[in-house]
Amino acid sequence: MALTLDIEGPAAPPRLNGELVFDAPWQGRSFAMAMALVEGGHFTWDDFRDHLIAAVQRWESDPVGEYRYYERWQEALESIVAEREIVAGSEVDELAAAYAARPPGHDHDHGGHDHHHHDHAH
Amino acid sequence: MADTNTTDRLPPAVRTEALESLLTERGLVKSEVLDGFINRFVNDVGPMNGAKVVAKAWTDPDYRQHLLADGTGAIKELGFAGPQGEHIVVVENSDDVHNVVVCTLCSCYPWPVLGLPPEWYKDPAYRSRMVREPRTLLSEMGLDLDDDVEVRVWDSSAENRYLVLPQRPEGTDDLGEDELAALVTRDAMVGVAKVSAG
Repeated sequence: MALTLDIEGPAAPPRLNGELVFDAPWQGRSFAMAMALVEGGHFTWDDFRDHLIAAVQRWESDPVGEYRYYERWQEALESIVAEREIVAGSEVDELAAAYAARPPGHDHDHGGHDHHHHDHAH
Repeated sequence: MADTNTTDRLPPAVRTEALESLLTERGLVKSEVLDGFINRFVNDVGPMNGAKVVAKAWTDPDYRQHLLADGTGAIKELGFAGPQGEHIVVVENSDDVHNVVVCTLCSCYPWPVLGLPPEWYKDPAYRSRMVREPRTLLSEMGLDLDDDVEVRVWDSSAENRYLVLPQRPEGTDDLGEDELAALVTRDAMVGVAKVSAG
């Protein structure tokens, strides 16, 4: 995949009035996961959009804190993978809780198989 | 923190990390593939694609006709295609009509020509107010329209993603396509600004 900036022509400075595409790395990860699953044929963009609309509406019917688009995106992604029985919501909850409980300066353990045994019940 | 109530409030960063880890275990995503998608949208796909489409439509009447009749096809002709670009409808501004785009339900946006939407486009206030009081909101965003200009608000949907073809600014007759493209802004192609001659 090309990592090149579009440097041809005067239209090159890409953010003439733009801004960062992602404010935080996790937003890009969440975005890209949806893209990968669509490209893999696990669901369509229209299916994902339905979940995104639902997630946006859940927030709007009971707004808590500031509206953050990619949080709704992530919620939609979790709900569609649960619906399609790709990853259960409880698995995400459990592993996310384990990650959240890591001490500062932890080693990242992507894809490890021991996370089900983490003690996060406190 | 074992009860389910608190898991809702886990930071999204750990939730995405957890989901990526679980999807990776199942062989459904690969870290480097995700990196590739992110790089593509951060570096390669952005409003300059749309700017090139607009500049071509300004300089080539046949292309303009094609673009207005079949947005997706005409845009694909320039090599811009991809997700969220399947049903692009181009709406043209004139002295009498100003078009502006919103997605009231989520944040549909024509990615291949504009990249990913800016923060304000996704904001609940923009999404509801642009339908209710477009003139007021446009004015707050710095675009004052004459009272006799009709404002058309296009609500994006799964079927249609809209792109505004702004008016070519006066005093740009001598400019070529590339120079014109440099004048075209993302905001003008969403319809919340006009293109100025620079």
